[in-house]
Amino acid sequence: MIRPQDLLCPRPEGLYCPPGDFYVDPVRPVARAVITHGHADHARAGHDTVLATAETLKIMAERYGADFAQARQAGAYGEAVARDAVEVTLVPAGHVLGSAQAVVRWKGLTMVVSGDYKRRRDPTCAAFEPVPCDVFITEATFGLPVFRHPDDGTEIARLLRSVAQFPERSHLVGAYALGKAQRIIRLLREAGWDRTIHVHGALERLNGLYERHGIDLGPMAPATSATKQDFAGEIVIAPPSATQDRWSRRFPDPVIAFASGWMQVRARARQRGVELPLVISDHADWDELTATVAELQPGELWITHGREEALARWCELQGVPARALALVGYEDDDDG
Amino acid sequence: MRAFADLLDRLSLTGSRNAKLTLLRDYLRQTPDPDRGWALAALTGDLSFDAAKPAFIRKAVEARMDAQLFRWSYDYVGDLAETVALVWPARPGANREPELSEVVDALRGATRADVQKLIEGWLDALAPTGRWALLKLLTGGLRVGLSARLAKQAAADVGPVPVAEVEELWHALHAPYEDLFAWLEGRSERPSADNPGRFRPAMLAQAIDEAVDLGKLDPADHAAEWKWDGIRVQLVNEGGVRRLYTRTGDDISRTFPDVVDALRDEGVIDGELLVLREGKVASFADLQQRLNRKAVDARLLAAFPAAVRAYDLLAEGEQDTRTLGFAERRARLEAFVARQASPRIDLSPLQPFQSWAELAALRADPPAGDPQAAEGLMIKRWDSIYQAGRPKGPWFKWKRDPMLIDAVLMYAQRGHGKRSSFYSDYTFGVWTRDAGGARILTPVGKAYFGFTDEELKGIDKFVRDNTVDRFGPVRSVRAEPDAGLVFEVAFEGLQRSSRHKSGIAMRFPRISRIRWDKPPGEADDLASLERMLEQPGERDQ
Ligand SMILES: [Zn+2]
Ligand SMILES: [Zn+2]
Repeated sequence: MIRPQDLLCPRPEGLYCPPGDFYVDPVRPVARAVITHGHADHARAGHDTVLATAETLKIMAERYGADFAQARQAGAYGEAVARDAVEVTLVPAGHVLGSAQAVVRWKGLTMVVSGDYKRRRDPTCAAFEPVPCDVFITEATFGLPVFRHPDDGTEIARLLRSVAQFPERSHLVGAYALGKAQRIIRLLREAGWDRTIHVHGALERLNGLYERHGIDLGPMAPATSATKQDFAGEIVIAPPSATQDRWSRRFPDPVIAFASGWMQVRARARQRGVELPLVISDHADWDELTATVAELQPGELWITHGREEALARWCELQGVPARALALVGYEDDDDG
Repeated sequence: MRAFADLLDRLSLTGSRNAKLTLLRDYLRQTPDPDRGWALAALTGDLSFDAAKPAFIRKAVEARMDAQLFRWSYDYVGDLAETVALVWPARPGANREPELSEVVDALRGATRADVQKLIEGWLDALAPTGRWALLKLLTGGLRVGLSARLAKQAAADVGPVPVAEVEELWHALHAPYEDLFAWLEGRSERPSADNPGRFRPAMLAQAIDEAVDLGKLDPADHAAEWKWDGIRVQLVNEGGVRRLYTRTGDDISRTFPDVVDALRDEGVIDGELLVLREGKVASFADLQQRLNRKAVDARLLAAFPAAVRAYDLLAEGEQDTRTLGFAERRARLEAFVARQASPRIDLSPLQPFQSWAELAALRADPPAGDPQAAEGLMIKRWDSIYQAGRPKGPWFKWKRDPMLIDAVLMYAQRGHGKRSSFYSDYTFGVWTRDAGGARILTPVGKAYFGFTDEELKGIDKFVRDNTVDRFGPVRSVRAEPDAGLVFEVAFEGLQRSSRHKSGIAMRFPRISRIRWDKPPGEADDLASLERMLEQPGERDQ
């Protein structure tokens, strides 16, 4: 009798697959790694070999330099790759460019490591594909019923309304450098904002990478040098930390906005000095998490990180066996 | 409801006064009657409900979802209305979002039992922000950091007209204020302010600049009187209606029936609300015993007898006296107060003087008795009419010098709005001894103004370079006898306080100078503050 824990089991380095001898998103350097996506807490440098999508490999090279691993193997979406006795298939996760679920099959057992994912449309990456499985391994970053992300179009409309209402101020939008920033820019373009968008230097390389993958971000300029008044009425995108830093002082009386699922809770916005919270997340919210479990009907649900207890409680009420792995090393703060 | 909810949502996170005004003015311009009027009433405190108790809301949500999941959610968010707004498991159905006016109308006609069904229906129809606004409104917890005065200013900006005009009308108007907006938008005549018992916008004084103003003013043209240390009020008896208003037009009649009853003749007095025992002014803390109570009883009235000390007469009988000169109003006031013959209304005496030097001496060294507890002096032109607002020239306030201490910066916190990238809120302390006799700092106050932008940059850099610990937005700063930063702190008075570890609370503290030169070891100690405790201060600007 094959048990799921024979195929995947939590270890301090991350989720380990003994029959395939690899880790998924290991937090320490290992011999063989499968990386779901390019966020720094999932994709670390220093492994011997890495299997990931071509986009994720490029993102890692951009971040860590071309020699971030001794050997790199690109897996196309939907293409099975052998790892010893185990078959690994990367399937879109809808999280950021190149993000994938790792579908692991062995002796008739299918387990899906979803990595980070969301279920709603994102113009900058491929949509999540549900894969029937025996065990679904999910994140639970927003695993509490209070997290119910509104439609991103309404959030962008709120930003644009504020820009129109305060033409003498600049709008400084904090957005995570990988994924969120580009998604915000794309959503602004879709909403008809065709002016130059000013970007913090830390975003430039990843913006370029997205553009090389066919995601048109429109006219952009570095948010540097010019006099204060030049930014009045403009939208500036920066990493979240920069909006609170001395860097932000070059802008005229900025409206500090922050695009994150955490902005759902007013106290969080207040704590960060955010005047215009934009609830836009690259993670599944409570409704998406529970709907995904209901759709997939897995034999078991494993929860890697986040607010495990609430999602486990929901599974208990639904009669789905759930298990919290309590993996450590996956930040849940800025990557919201 | 959606526009109102979005407005509240933004206001709740907006710090700057100007930005709040823009948000509210735009809302009032863009929202149709009667919704905008109800919104204005909600923000000025003229519309409040007590339709839903927290226990009912909790029960309603727990009937729809697992109690454990709700508890975790509530623990995380920390605010009941916000939690319920977010987690509410809406039942699908043909629900249309209610407008604010529909909510108001429905609640007025509804019985207690209907109310609960209505609320659940609305929660089903609304988006989370709308639910939040609805629950805040229904539970009477609508606090978005906006004063009634600012709301009236935003309404005045719709015209635009001076805010004093809106204030004067205010008590003649009723929500949803369709006549007010019609006038502001030029669609009709100004509504009549002829509402017996209404509030008249107060006339305020400018702070005097001794170096500039005194040289230009002729002492013979001016009267002087003490500025008493209570709260400025307006006492009204008109057309059989008796009222007591604060300086901003809040009706506090119910809290002060003893004062309201004392005005027997018809007229309107501008004065200072004080606790008076045998004609002598008691401390501000005594007045607070009365101000903080909603319900009053005979014991409280006897223990803290309130009174109005009269400065001015705005109406006498049917006559509006505001267009008369101060000299004439004053003569009438003296006779009017004498006729009331009540210990609950007395006269603020004028202080005769020949020269500014004489007045300066009086201010520096007030005579024994009540003047020692005054905030300073008021200087008024004998010919000044009573004008709403703070006109330049006719009235000056000449406050006593603030108190000063040297204190040491202990903690710094990030500011709000355009200061959010700066550490601009400072907690400072003075020296004391701990149980073991060691010299330690104890916090005595917080200040976030009194410095220039340039100085702020300097302090901010100091904070960043001298951080010893962090907790959330707060940094603990190096503060030792020979390393740290000293502020000269100015404040208007001290009070005993059990809520502060030092046992002392400061009134209106602000940074008056940054003492880069001074070693923290030479800053003041707690004992010197305790010696200042009994001296007077000022408030109610
Ligand atoms: Zn991620
Ligand atoms: Zn993650």
